[in-house]
Amino acid sequence: MSTRLSRGGRLIDRSKSVGFDFNGRRLKGFAGDTLASALLGNDQMLVGRSFKYHRPRGIVAAGPEEPNALMNLGKDGHFEPNARATTTELFDGLTATSQNHWPSLEMDVGVVNNYAARFMPAGFYYKTFIHPRAAWKHLFEPFIRKAAGLGKAPKGRDADTYEHFYLFADLLIVGGGVAGLQAAKAAGEAGLSVVLLEQSAQWGGRAPVDGAVIDGADADVWIKDAVQALENMKNVTLRLRCMGAGVYDHGYALGYERVTDHLAPSTLPRHRLWRIRAKQIITATGALERPLSFAGNDIPGVMLAASLRDYLVNYGVSAGDRTVVVTNNDDAYRTALALKEAGLEVPLILDARPAGGGALMEACIAQGIRVETGKGISSVKGGKRVESVTICAQAGEGAPLEEVKCDAVAMSGGWSPVVHLWSHCGGKLIWDDAQAHFKPDHARPPLGADGEGFVSVVGAANGELSTGDCLSDAHQRAQTVIKALGATPKRKAAATAAEEPMAPMAAVWKMPQGAGYKLRSKTWLDYQNDVKVSDVQLAAQEGFESVEHTKRYTTLGMATDQGKLSNINGLAILADSLNDEIPKVGTTTFRPPYHPISMGSIAGEASRELFQPVDKTPLHGWGEDNGAEWEPVGHWRRAYCYKRNGESTEEAVNREVKAVRDSLGLLDASTLGKIIVKGPDAGKFLDMMYTNMMSNLKPGKCRYGLMCSENGFLSDDGVVARLDADTWLCHTTTGGASRIHAHMEEWLQTEWWDWKVYTANVTEQYAQIAVVGPNARKVLEKLGGMDVSKEALGFMEWAEGQIGGFDARVFRISFSGELSYEIAVPASQGRAFWDALHTAGEEFNVTAYGTECLHILRAEKGFIMIGDETDGTVIPQDLGLHWALSKKKDDYLGKRAQQRDHMTDPRRWKLVGLETVDGSVIPDGAYAVAEGTNENGQRETQGRVTSTYYSANLERGIAMGLVLNGPDRMGEVISFPLLDGSDVKAKIVDPVFYDKDGEKQNV
Amino acid sequence: MSNAVSALQGVSYDGYVKVTEQGLRGMITLRGDLASAKLKTAVSKLSGVKVPAVNACAFKGAYGVAWMSPDELLILCPYDAAEAGVAQLSKALKGQHFLAANVSDARAVFQIEGAQVREVLAKLAPVDLSEGAFQLGQLRRTRIAQAPAAFWLKDAGTAEVICFRSQADYVFELFKRAAMPGAEVGVF
Amino acid sequence: MLILTCPYCGIDADETELAAGGQAHIKRETVGASDDAFEEYMFMRENPKGVHFERWRHANGCGKWFHAARCTMTLEVFGTYEAQTYEPPAEIRAAISAKRPGWSWGSFS
Repeated sequence: MSTRLSRGGRLIDRSKSVGFDFNGRRLKGFAGDTLASALLGNDQMLVGRSFKYHRPRGIVAAGPEEPNALMNLGKDGHFEPNARATTTELFDGLTATSQNHWPSLEMDVGVVNNYAARFMPAGFYYKTFIHPRAAWKHLFEPFIRKAAGLGKAPKGRDADTYEHFYLFADLLIVGGGVAGLQAAKAAGEAGLSVVLLEQSAQWGGRAPVDGAVIDGADADVWIKDAVQALENMKNVTLRLRCMGAGVYDHGYALGYERVTDHLAPSTLPRHRLWRIRAKQIITATGALERPLSFAGNDIPGVMLAASLRDYLVNYGVSAGDRTVVVTNNDDAYRTALALKEAGLEVPLILDARPAGGGALMEACIAQGIRVETGKGISSVKGGKRVESVTICAQAGEGAPLEEVKCDAVAMSGGWSPVVHLWSHCGGKLIWDDAQAHFKPDHARPPLGADGEGFVSVVGAANGELSTGDCLSDAHQRAQTVIKALGATPKRKAAATAAEEPMAPMAAVWKMPQGAGYKLRSKTWLDYQNDVKVSDVQLAAQEGFESVEHTKRYTTLGMATDQGKLSNINGLAILADSLNDEIPKVGTTTFRPPYHPISMGSIAGEASRELFQPVDKTPLHGWGEDNGAEWEPVGHWRRAYCYKRNGESTEEAVNREVKAVRDSLGLLDASTLGKIIVKGPDAGKFLDMMYTNMMSNLKPGKCRYGLMCSENGFLSDDGVVARLDADTWLCHTTTGGASRIHAHMEEWLQTEWWDWKVYTANVTEQYAQIAVVGPNARKVLEKLGGMDVSKEALGFMEWAEGQIGGFDARVFRISFSGELSYEIAVPASQGRAFWDALHTAGEEFNVTAYGTECLHILRAEKGFIMIGDETDGTVIPQDLGLHWALSKKKDDYLGKRAQQRDHMTDPRRWKLVGLETVDGSVIPDGAYAVAEGTNENGQRETQGRVTSTYYSANLERGIAMGLVLNGPDRMGEVISFPLLDGSDVKAKIVDPVFYDKDGEKQNV
Repeated sequence: MSNAVSALQGVSYDGYVKVTEQGLRGMITLRGDLASAKLKTAVSKLSGVKVPAVNACAFKGAYGVAWMSPDELLILCPYDAAEAGVAQLSKALKGQHFLAANVSDARAVFQIEGAQVREVLAKLAPVDLSEGAFQLGQLRRTRIAQAPAAFWLKDAGTAEVICFRSQADYVFELFKRAAMPGAEVGVF
Repeated sequence: MLILTCPYCGIDADETELAAGGQAHIKRETVGASDDAFEEYMFMRENPKGVHFERWRHANGCGKWFHAARCTMTLEVFGTYEAQTYEPPAEIRAAISAKRPGWSWGSFS
């Protein structure tokens, strides 16, 4: 059984007990534990069920490469699935449940899949669920959906907050092991700004666990001193619990800081995403140990040798009392020695190499440990726990030689450098035959903005597996980087480490070499996705020769661990099956992030109310207090309507519509864009921007204008006022201000840069209020000030003055067909002016109205709305706006495009009014059908609805739409099918439904 | 003018830095040929400050001038002086090609105060805020999360941030969250 | 995530401060142009694997449009320059030639 030993554990504090909850059981660990070490300390070796076959699985590793120990963590808004127990620091009150089993971890029904494993080979789903087609929807899909996926999806909204942090540095170093520390010291002393990130909660990496001696002292001492020295450097930023998640173009890198994951839930940001720009990046990300491929290598109790050692040394936890070690390299002997030193049994070391190892092997033999060379494991016996191993000759086919009782197996298949970050942005790899791994090819690095390499890899990540080599490699490469950054290296030499020389490792991809199908089909490559050696071989046999195809077909390396343990072993099997060399087969693509990061951290602050900016007008507060139902228009919030005492939305809208036509309405029109265009060439410029002529507009006058894109389509509209001889004020649609301002600047800067024109977006300088209705003039006269009579301020004129003591610019324009004034006052006085209008308007039943009422009023008048009548494919000619297309001008944006044959096609649908025969409201977007079908067998159409409303004034539904030959078909009835199979009939009419002669606005 | 109010009417938040909306501030956008002697004279006459270099800003009392683009300055002044300021510039630059507009009401101004002002800004803006890179006398136009904004340092521990008036609420909430006690990064 | 130096204000702008504007050095065709010439102007774009000229706007910044010469394969930036020109300046062309001898793009080389 796995247990907590009475002594040892360099990372735990035995004086601080920590209580946590696993599958409803209350357990105890120590401060400094990970969830994984605490579970092992409580003899919880079984931590989950595998994905496909529901086989019992135990902890294999001690870091982010762990494939099995995936947990649901926390509860309610703090719930998170698929968290690794090995990277989860223990805290008081932590709650975890294991995944992928039903009804319980110990008793799982899905394990029946295990016995059917023979019938679920690679590509099983692809092959099985094709026929019959109907079965897919009713049988296969529901079943697969239930069985698919790891962990539970959180139900509630994420209660945590997240943030970003932007940091710029000369040098980013990822990885706080001895190599990273050595490089940081060199760069820090050279005066560079350095950021050093370490994903775990400790500095120093593996060196202390391996018992390294650096500069004559324990590694721990050297590490402590190095960190101390770095902390004293102002130019160095150090961060624990912060993973280098990805390296991107132009020195961009992401650091994923887990700020409060090791603490009980709080209101503080849970994760902080460091968005780093570094001139150079050094990755010192170490190496990952590979499993060995023998039958039963997934049975709980089989662990990576170095990880087993980690638990022992770092947490004082043993995986078992009797551990068999199986290896193809010298490092695993350290595990045997550590176990022996802890007083535990190592009945046997199996070394697949015929000649065995070097000095470390001798040390084991000296300790009295039995070592068998040229031998391996033919199979592991056990169910939820290792019971014994059967020994065989590595060179053979697995004939059993002997069975050895044990309760743990420590395996080592060699080490793979963590080259992920190097590869993210295009760094290439080379195959190192001696170490049997891929490592960075420094001759082909990722390239930065200057076309030069910007990433270096040092230490174990660069294939330097001994502590001494790690240190000197880190030091030397740091010198190169320091010089590349234009600084001068100060430090002369690297720290040195004393260690025993190692015998060469030997590649072992299958154990035994000649394992038959029976063994291979119980030999796991990818624990998380349940991919076996036999699956990869089958894929190769079926013609999946590309490693990328094999990956997708077998799902090898596609689980949440992204194949950290399985990829190299898998592609070695593939290469072997294809009779090819490993480097020729190549690797799959390494993509960021290195290890899953939270979606919350990517969003950062942009969640909930801060998801997007919400633009608020100066009158927003009044709306909040007066029943506004908000609708987003661009980033603005506009009132759709203002509900009074229990009104429904519809009732409020109808009341507003009547009130404006009958007496007096007020609209918050502050959101309309306002752009000043000024200069000697401003008139000429506006003549290009608008389809109308704007240069001949007289000061004091207003003109409605249309804007088209260069390819002819309507993009915006609004009223233009000429302020003086060389100044115009252009109104844009709500939400159009920035876009149209940018559009103007684009043409001024990039096409007509010699024209003397300046623009300024003054949209937010003003609160603009439309005072609308038969009593509009009266309320203004009551407030007093400037002359707003018909004579002084005619339709489509503007004037400046004071109203009720407010500085105002008054535009006599109308989007409703009523007598209407749009009045701009400084934004800071907008609310006061709005209040004054309400007070003065009381006797006129003054009514604030929202956007829906605005829409209905304009639709009653047949006025088009950008975004309703237009959708990016509509030209002014479609909308009968020929009068707004100047014939006097040689050119305007869109003019040439509007001459293209598709634009002049008489069959283009044209704007008309639509009056339902039964008075109902046609659904928005409904299509009118025509006779016959098109080449796809679909019913022909002849038009569509662009705007549709209930008009309380006309007491019927009104609509506008684009209809084939519409203007020539007045009075004809066309049919709009509805989703329920019925249809609505509508008569084609003139789009002006109300006050056709415009008498009301011209009073 | 007594009824003029700023976007958030001086609201403030005491986090690990203090965030305060600054009330109404006079602002004039001036576009023109920044190299012209006439413009230079007009600006320094109005503000008491010379036309600043690229990306720079300078202040004198209640007045200040910031470089916004190769043909644009932002002149800061008392709120009540902005209209007169526009008139004064317009008179002085008569005959030249220029544009002067009062934009005082279009903006909101925040003060961020405290030793960690740099790191709070660095949570929201993609800008190198280290002491070597961003210094007194510089103005940076950028974004604060998703809002266009500009900021400068008043002194080592104080920054001022300008954004659009309509986004004042959004920007204030961003700073509030960034300045939450306990969320210190501890870098600068 | 690119960094491009705005030639107007000198800021090394983060991609999130910039707005992309597609291909640079397009000659406007308008009234009087043939259908083919207008189509070419309106719709046809270079799509090179290698040297490319692009328009960018320093949107969250000084607001100015500029051009960038960039390698679409490696994202190497050969230089940025002001937009008020009909062709890449000589020093930009020289910088490209130094890195990509024999390059050509549209009518430039």
